[in-house]
Amino acid sequence: MYRYDQYDQTIVDERIAQFRDQVRRRLDGDLTEEEFRPLRVQNGLYLQLHAYMLRVAIPYGLLDSTKLHKLAHIARTYDRGYGHFSTRQNIQFNWVKLDDAPDMLDELAAVGLHSIQSAGNCIRNITSDQYAGVAADEVIDPRPYAEILRQWSTFHPEFAYLPRKFKIAINGAVDDRAVTAVHDIGLTVVHNEAGEVGFRVMVGGGLGRFPMAASVIRDFLPWQHMTTYSEAILRVYNQYGHREDAYKARLKILVKAIGGARFAKEVEEEWAHLKDGPGTLTVEELQRVSGYFTAPAYETLPAVDTEVEHHLQTNKAFANWLKRNVKPHRVPGYNVVVLSLKKSGVPPGDASAEQMDAAAGMADRFSFGEVRVTHEQNLVLADVRNQDLYEVWQEAKANGLATPNIGLLTDIICCPGRDYCIMPNAKSIPIALAITERFDNLDYLQDIGEIELNLSGCINACAHHHLGHIGIYGVNRDGEEWYQVSLGGSQGNNTAFGETIGPWFSSDQIPAAIERLIEVYLRKRNDEERFIDTVRRLGIEPFSDHVYGIPA
Amino acid sequence: MTTQIIKNKAIVDDDWLVLRPESDTAPESVAVPEGKVIVPLKVWQAQKESLQQRKAIGVWLASDERPEELKNELSRFQVIAVDFPRFADGRGYSLAFTLRNHLGYAGELRAIGDVLRDQLFYMQRVGFDAFAPRPDRSIEDALKGLSDFSVKYQASWDEKIPLFRRTHRKEKTA
Repeated sequence: MYRYDQYDQTIVDERIAQFRDQVRRRLDGDLTEEEFRPLRVQNGLYLQLHAYMLRVAIPYGLLDSTKLHKLAHIARTYDRGYGHFSTRQNIQFNWVKLDDAPDMLDELAAVGLHSIQSAGNCIRNITSDQYAGVAADEVIDPRPYAEILRQWSTFHPEFAYLPRKFKIAINGAVDDRAVTAVHDIGLTVVHNEAGEVGFRVMVGGGLGRFPMAASVIRDFLPWQHMTTYSEAILRVYNQYGHREDAYKARLKILVKAIGGARFAKEVEEEWAHLKDGPGTLTVEELQRVSGYFTAPAYETLPAVDTEVEHHLQTNKAFANWLKRNVKPHRVPGYNVVVLSLKKSGVPPGDASAEQMDAAAGMADRFSFGEVRVTHEQNLVLADVRNQDLYEVWQEAKANGLATPNIGLLTDIICCPGRDYCIMPNAKSIPIALAITERFDNLDYLQDIGEIELNLSGCINACAHHHLGHIGIYGVNRDGEEWYQVSLGGSQGNNTAFGETIGPWFSSDQIPAAIERLIEVYLRKRNDEERFIDTVRRLGIEPFSDHVYGIPA
Repeated sequence: MTTQIIKNKAIVDDDWLVLRPESDTAPESVAVPEGKVIVPLKVWQAQKESLQQRKAIGVWLASDERPEELKNELSRFQVIAVDFPRFADGRGYSLAFTLRNHLGYAGELRAIGDVLRDQLFYMQRVGFDAFAPRPDRSIEDALKGLSDFSVKYQASWDEKIPLFRRTHRKEKTA
């Protein structure tokens, strides 16, 4: 993975010095809270309900064991012993003291981590495919491009006070696991007919109050132009994006207002000033950065390991885990292992310091020292040999990281909600826990099969509820929390936004409502049909009829 | 009236007056005092004939105005200023860059309005070379904001060549 050179380290160190001084000036009263707010927020520090929250950037979700051990240490030393992995592949610490923050950042910088631009109206952490480099369906490894974008966007002087936050995602596989369609810029690395590498460029995607899928504004952009073209998009947005109403300030609203074609024209005109200029990427730079993302020293292994096969036949729990939590790898004899952070009774995406240390330890012994964070809020060991699977399973199990539920109903994507966050007015974690408890029977869960449930505490959709096969989001009305349920959303190549099934539910009605949706599916499904396919085939009506008790 | 501004990384005396007329005054009726005055774009456009007779004149752009409107007139001004109505309104950064990079403006480019220490580094990068920090803040303190960082990854007005073309970057040895 990428390692800082002197320049990267200097930038991070200078930011900490600057921030330490900003904190001092705030505490001395030289900076008002209004002036300080964007400065701290652009360094990942939010003032939440009970304390400050520090969001540490995990560029494109990639960690090594040293970094993860450090995050565990931060959780133990400055927080209450845990952290929360977010849907943007970052980690959040919820119980931070303002005057501790600079010291935390010093500790993080020592291992190549920072919180730069993890929040605020600027270019945010670049996200990508959690299986980059190992996915069987990968066309081009997106990580070097993600890292080049990270550096280009870090402290870009012109784009730190945008109308609103700005998110870039990049995917290089056939299957889009980076939710590119709901980002401000969604890049897909592709080959053109001549076999050259470039990007399909989408803009103006997003969720929140006005969910919109991104529009393609260029079918093929040669890779050398990635940053100058991005600069052109940002410059148009920075000047013409709405600034009065925060809900109308994302790029998606501008693209919708003037149309994708007109926006593309503005971008092309702006780009004409920059095209082939000094910002154009060079082969040398791409090679330098790509050098950090070479394949590890894979062994030549048989595709099948007899011992694993033996355990598979005799140990049902292991077999379940293998089926759910282990994904195909492009190299024979290797596997992608997902460590579930969706254990019953624990907020989705939360990991204790002990679990982080355990995952880091497993990474060192079984997976070339690397760990990835998924936007579904789990951890991944990307390079596990067949012969190590059983041991990894046992160790993961001993650390509460082996719940065999990846892709199942209890693999809930969930925001922190009103338990922590200042934005939403409804809780999300207790709802997730109640659903998980209701569906705690593994055989039942397995029978239901693949289903994505996304749960946000408010309309801002940090948990991507529009994209959930089942989506839930909460509001507070007259002091009571109410939840709306939608069906039929999906992430990936066929991005779709869910359709609301009907009136609001109170929080204690939600588990039963979900159960009723599942009942309809189990009754109506054909053979191996997944939940989402049944919803697509039948529409939402039979589901809402049953949930709201209308006789069939 | 003399005040102090930051210009070319130093605190200097300045005798320009930034004219901010009442918003309900029609641009052609705004009285422009004698001396060195930086007038709003609309006043310049409405009173061009008389204003261009002056020995010294400056113009300022609001954050929602377009620099292209000054395209063929840039050489008439001793100073062009860009107003930041709130420091969080970042349009002025792109305005400045466009004036410098696309329109080729080479004279003094001054940031006015809600100009604060913690934004100065970015402002100088996109092309500002003069800053009128908010008068209720220490200008000596603001000056420090110009030297927050020694490394810049990406190109902008101050640094035309991105880091990867300027240096030979090698992997850090463990």
